[in-house]
Amino acid sequence: MSFSVPSKLEAELDELATHYPQKRSASLMFLHALQEHFGFISRDAVEWTATKLGLQPINVYELVTFYPMFRQEKLGRTQVRVCRTLSCALAGAYELRDHFCKNLGLDTAKHGPQTTPDGKFTVEFVECLASCGSAPVVMVNDDLLEKVTAADAEKVLTRGRVTE
Amino acid sequence: MSNVATTAPAPAAPPPVEKLKIKVDGREIEVPKLMPDWQGRLQPTTMLQACQIAGAEVPHYCYHPKLPVAGNCRMCLVEFGTPMMGPDRKPVLNPDGTPKIAKSVLPYEPGTPRGAIACATPISPGMEIYPGSAATQQMREAVLESLLINHPLDCPICDQAGECKLQEYSVEHGQANSRFVETKVHKPKAVDLGPRIVLDDERCILCTRCIRFSRDIAGDDALGIVNRGSYNTIAAWKEGAFDNNYTLNTVDLCPVGALTSRDFRFKMRVWFLKETRSVCTSCSTGCNITIGSREDVIHRYEPRDNDAVNAAWMCDAGRLNYKWVGRPDRLKEVRRRNADGTSDRIPWETAIREITARLSNAVSGSVAVVASARQTTEELHLLKKLANRFGAITDSVPRTGEADRLLVSADRNPNSNGARLTGIAYTEMGIRLPEIAEGIRSGSIRTLVVFGEDVTQHGIGADLLARLETLVVSDILPNPTTAAAHYLLPGCAHAEKRGTYINGKGRLQRFLKAVEPHGDARPEWEFLRELVTAVTAQAVPATLEGLFNEMSDGIPAFGGVRWAGIGDLGVNVTI
Repeated sequence: MSFSVPSKLEAELDELATHYPQKRSASLMFLHALQEHFGFISRDAVEWTATKLGLQPINVYELVTFYPMFRQEKLGRTQVRVCRTLSCALAGAYELRDHFCKNLGLDTAKHGPQTTPDGKFTVEFVECLASCGSAPVVMVNDDLLEKVTAADAEKVLTRGRVTE
Repeated sequence: MSNVATTAPAPAAPPPVEKLKIKVDGREIEVPKLMPDWQGRLQPTTMLQACQIAGAEVPHYCYHPKLPVAGNCRMCLVEFGTPMMGPDRKPVLNPDGTPKIAKSVLPYEPGTPRGAIACATPISPGMEIYPGSAATQQMREAVLESLLINHPLDCPICDQAGECKLQEYSVEHGQANSRFVETKVHKPKAVDLGPRIVLDDERCILCTRCIRFSRDIAGDDALGIVNRGSYNTIAAWKEGAFDNNYTLNTVDLCPVGALTSRDFRFKMRVWFLKETRSVCTSCSTGCNITIGSREDVIHRYEPRDNDAVNAAWMCDAGRLNYKWVGRPDRLKEVRRRNADGTSDRIPWETAIREITARLSNAVSGSVAVVASARQTTEELHLLKKLANRFGAITDSVPRTGEADRLLVSADRNPNSNGARLTGIAYTEMGIRLPEIAEGIRSGSIRTLVVFGEDVTQHGIGADLLARLETLVVSDILPNPTTAAAHYLLPGCAHAEKRGTYINGKGRLQRFLKAVEPHGDARPEWEFLRELVTAVTAQAVPATLEGLFNEMSDGIPAFGGVRWAGIGDLGVNVTI
């Protein structure tokens, strides 16, 4: 699988890099754009960014590994992010995540994002989603679900299973 | 990027230095307001430098005088205070007239001292630093405890043990028992960082010395810290990709046992090593080294600080170029070749007597000397004396490679300038070798003395050597020239004798003996001295010191330097 960035995106990024007094400062914007396009940041993407910005791959890789929301593997089509910060934890976020994991055959004891073998779901804990009043909350892709119950979770799973 | 000082900074008259008065642990000292930073540029003096001047040790991991300051290990935290200023911006005085000191404390907790990292905090007039106070001690203990949280404490199997800052400071500032009851974070072990480097990430304290060295000195930005928090890990982009010619310096720089040399790893406990001050022979830079040996076996070379030559570094190629010294096929016997091609082992006295007899019969002009620019200056000086007796043609063999921007020189002979100054070789080394070859071919040269070179590689083939009446060869390892020798005199590697080299920039440096020679081998200067005394009937000093001093008197470029005056860092001579 060869790595190639569409020429339109590349042109946009090249233009973006000119906005910074030092090209290196554009690293994060590049990575966001590449993740937006590819869904995750591959090693090829790291090397591509480094070449574009006149850096060494390790400089970019440091950034990618520092931020948990830069993904290094392809994620599932439906991404379930369960908030586990205090309010949600008290309101049953852990049970909720266990519910997702068990239904999808994932390991509840494992840390970090887990993706189902069929590539349909990724489940992970995240820190505060800033909706403590409606705990527990879950982000499903870009949608925030509030006061999530087991029944709501089922709906998410059903919808995710049929999605193309 | 790199600013390794490779020439002696010798300003004729240093400008007057502005000084500041400060107190270190209650003792008043004067320190310069500005001091050189890692690149040698004058910057405000730091508390750490001031404490060093005062003789108060401030423990540190990430600070290194030749690297940019990072200030991340926090080990050099010290308690300090500055003169209290009144509203009129005048110092507030104590009843006894001394300035009142406001100790640095936490803003909302005046009872708690607020330390500062000594490596990155500049001093100010009247400042008081307390590297020995109880508060400072407490800060160090806390920092050390935090650094040891995820450390595997595997000193018994760690190569660094014995020269580990973590170990040393633990003895001084550590606790016997860990209070950490949680599970330690496990990180990668035995990571193949590069062809010469193995990394143990669990031992790493993330001081980033290796990253800064690679980026700012070696110019190869290959290392970085990946992941976050307690999972922080030193890594290269690809396994095994850390491969510039200076990677092994990171092993020296590593204050703990994280970066290890693949060559030295698990080979020898460092406290068994005898350390000998020497000079690297791999090129004409002449990096200062420390040879680590035990029971006549060399185990490692390490760079030795010398701002006039190699700062604190050396190249990997030079560092690993020591194994030939202990090769089993080293020449160990004095041998005489008979007419029928067989050879006998003979005692040194016999060899010297017979060579003297043969040389005494030689007609002036019928002798040639090829001496290596790897021989010491003293040996070249003696060979020149020998050559002068017969009006012999002398020369040396050039040896070149690719230079780099840091330390490696294109001239791969350690003593080219020694060969030139003693008159053995000319500005263009090897220019008279064809003349010698032609002389042998035409029969005008009947005797050839070869020291430390395989002349068959340099235009004097085995067929020519066969025409000689007398071929005297001294070398260390066997080669076609030693095979053809009538008299073969086993010599010593630099680590087995004392002597001097003059590097490419005219730095005269001496090196000392680390290990014993193999078999019959003796330092070349010793048997050359016997030979020169016998052949020329002149007295030659019997000690290396005397010999050097005699040579120095005869070569104006040396400026009359004595052996004792060379010191550990060498002196400049005119080239």
